[in-house]
Amino acid sequence: MRHIISILIENESGALSRVSGLFSARGYNIESLTVAPTEDTSLSRMTLVTRGNDEVIEQITKQLNKLIDVVKLIDLADAPHIERELMLVKIKTTHDSREEVKRMTDIFRGKIIDATASSFVVEMTGHSSKLDAFIHGFDEGSIIEVVRSGPTGISRGEKGLHL
Amino acid sequence: MELSGGHILVQCLKDEGVEFIFGYPGGSVLHIYDAIFQQDDVKHILVRHEQGATHSADAYARATGKTGVVLVTSGPGATNAVTGIATAYMDSIPMVIISGQVPSPVIGSDAFQEVDTVGITRPCVKHNFLVKDVNDIAETMKKAFYLASTGRPGPVLVDIPKDITDPNIKVPYKYPKKVHMRSYNPVVVGHKGQIKRAVEVMLSAQRPVIYSGGGVILGEGHKELTELTQMLGFPITNTLMGLGGYPATDKQFLGMLGMHGTYEANMAMHESDVILAVGARFDDRVTGKLAEFCPYAKIIHIDVDPSSISKTVRVDIPIVGEVKPVLEQMIELVKESKLKPSKPALEAWWQLIESWREVKCLEYDRGSLIIKPQFVIEQLYEVTNGDAYITSDVGQHQMYAAQYYHFDKPRRWINSGGLGTMGFGLPAAIGVKLAFPDADVACVTGEASIQMCIQELSTALQYNTPVKIINLNNRYMGMVRQWQEFSYQSRYSQSYMDTIPEFVKLAEAYGHVGIRVEKPADVRPALEEAFALKDRTVFLDFITDRTENVYPMIEAGKGHHDMKLRVAPGTPLNRELS
Ligand SMILES: Cc1cc2nc3c(=O)[nH]c(=O)nc-3n(C[C@H](O)[C@H](O)[C@H](O)COP(=O)(O)OP(=O)(O)OC[C@H]3O[C@@H](n4cnc5c(N)ncnc54)[C@H](O)[C@@H]3O)c2cc1C
Ligand SMILES: Cc1ncc(C[n+]2csc(CCOP(=O)(O)OP(=O)(O)O)c2C)c(N)n1
Ligand SMILES: [Mg+2]
Repeated sequence: MRHIISILIENESGALSRVSGLFSARGYNIESLTVAPTEDTSLSRMTLVTRGNDEVIEQITKQLNKLIDVVKLIDLADAPHIERELMLVKIKTTHDSREEVKRMTDIFRGKIIDATASSFVVEMTGHSSKLDAFIHGFDEGSIIEVVRSGPTGISRGEKGLHL
Repeated sequence: MELSGGHILVQCLKDEGVEFIFGYPGGSVLHIYDAIFQQDDVKHILVRHEQGATHSADAYARATGKTGVVLVTSGPGATNAVTGIATAYMDSIPMVIISGQVPSPVIGSDAFQEVDTVGITRPCVKHNFLVKDVNDIAETMKKAFYLASTGRPGPVLVDIPKDITDPNIKVPYKYPKKVHMRSYNPVVVGHKGQIKRAVEVMLSAQRPVIYSGGGVILGEGHKELTELTQMLGFPITNTLMGLGGYPATDKQFLGMLGMHGTYEANMAMHESDVILAVGARFDDRVTGKLAEFCPYAKIIHIDVDPSSISKTVRVDIPIVGEVKPVLEQMIELVKESKLKPSKPALEAWWQLIESWREVKCLEYDRGSLIIKPQFVIEQLYEVTNGDAYITSDVGQHQMYAAQYYHFDKPRRWINSGGLGTMGFGLPAAIGVKLAFPDADVACVTGEASIQMCIQELSTALQYNTPVKIINLNNRYMGMVRQWQEFSYQSRYSQSYMDTIPEFVKLAEAYGHVGIRVEKPADVRPALEEAFALKDRTVFLDFITDRTENVYPMIEAGKGHHDMKLRVAPGTPLNRELS
């Protein structure tokens, strides 16, 4: 099963490599990993997407918690949550296809943020599966480039991941 | 008080109560060495190879319970230390390693003797630090000692660029009394409800076994473990790392379990209905084939590290906490409980266990005309009244020492279990002897292992650490040869050395006493002579039976009940290797 693990980690140099090193050393897979500072400058927040059965996920969270720099973590998949990913896609356009691309972008609530005579850049956020669906709406030849941030997420309700 | 970085570092060690620092100098640590020169409180032990420094510090920690301290230079000094750091990491030994680093401004430029020490050691330390400011040294050192010695212990490395210890830059020094790290809060006492559930399950068991490991030694839980075990009347087995956590000469002790464990210990595990695992981590050498591990048992597991629980074997009642307080809580509950262990059930269980004991799985050919390695260990046990510190290298000799030296006390058996590092034994013996100058210290080794850190014989002379080296010289990498005999139709590929040094001469060249022993009748007198030479390091080169194998053995992929035993009684044990 797919899990989204949110981690608060000390904002120290090398913190990222401790996390990524743990995954490679123990043979766990990482689908995506995003890191950014938080409102508290001494902490970073990581969002990590991984897959595994319950036993593997249990070991992953225990091993992550064991890292000295990890302050706190939650597995978002344990409770209702919201996840979002940002994507930028560069799409080849022809005179005939431009309207269709615009329409698709509207349906998926994206924005066209750059345009040339033969291309658009579309910005879109949403659940990763929505971004997948958008891309699948085009034939491969028309997609020039896809850049995705990897998912980030937050739990629903008033509780938050704080110190 | 204003001090430079080098002096601060040494002052931190003093304030931490450090007695010995094991190290080797080099460019990036010269400022630190200059500070060491100017004081006598912390004694520096100059080893002959950085691997030796790490093993000596590690064994000092194993024997005393204190944190071992190592100092090495950047580049090759640090890489030479890696094997010893990994050895300590695998066995959860508290150790602080200080490594020099090239000056901060040139880090990353492939400077002379630069390696990314923090990167290289990351997977084999509990934590590591790169110090970037002289003002941070004291707090970092405090954190390093705190992390190394609390929770699940382990090595912590502090990498210090040379400019940080510059003698011309002085800053105020104060060693913090306490540190708090918001990201690190090891659990101490266990969950009351879980402990209560565990005690109920234990008290209603029909065929219980206590399986305890290195955590009991590390967490000083041997008294509580002994009390609980004897209160309950349950059989108990120890892992290789747990030996000495329960008195081996007691009748409730079944011996070691696992790959080279006793028949009775492994059979009891296999047939048990309740297992209490205490500070043990279900290593593959212990469990054998996981699918066949303890098929009938409910498992209770006490461990301070949550990630040890249900890592390889699914546990029914996990208890996160330190062995000592958790066992104390259990003892209280057992005392208070109206439920008592079932006498008839335990009697029947012990009867079954006695029938397994009758197999006498550790018997060997006592009439042999060639020295049997087991015989040497038995004699060593007698000559030292079972009270010596025994360090060991890795191989068959290590298993013989574990099987035939009966450890009644914790911290007496000092060996590399998790990493299985050949070369560990001799520097380890030196570390122990420094800690306990009046105790008997013996290093059980093999002719291959001893050559991996033989240079430390020189350190032993310089610091007058008279240890006894028990070399079980079978002219083979016996453990490798045994696997080749069993699994590769006796194709002894590279497990034999065509040239082996004359150890007696070698010992003499290093300034020690060497004795070669070839006949069983000479074993005892040689040992007595060696231990009578109180102030000399003695190298005893026992020429042992090269065909001997370690039994019992659970071969890879087999379960506990599927042990390979020594040849049936009556069959000749003196055999030729094909
Ligand atoms: C050639 C060779 C053969 C071997 N054969 C065998 C064999 O036959 N049988 C065998 O048993 N081993 C054998 N080993 C050793 C094996 O590889 C492991 O090192 C060993 O089994 C691990 O022991 P342990 O489970 O006690 O764990 P350790 O490595 O000692 O770990 C201790 C556990 O206790 C926990 N702990 C630490 N401190 C505390 C505390 N204060 N409170 C609570 N928990 C704590 C830790 O988190 C950890 O989980 C062999 C090794 C070699 C080199
Ligand atoms: C550094 C290292 N290299 C290789 C091994 C693999 N190994 C395990 S036991 C052994 C042979 C040890 O031979 P010896 O020291 O003579 O002991 P014996 O088994 O003969 O008693 C080897 C090579 C190891 N454990 N450590
Ligand atoms: Mg040998």
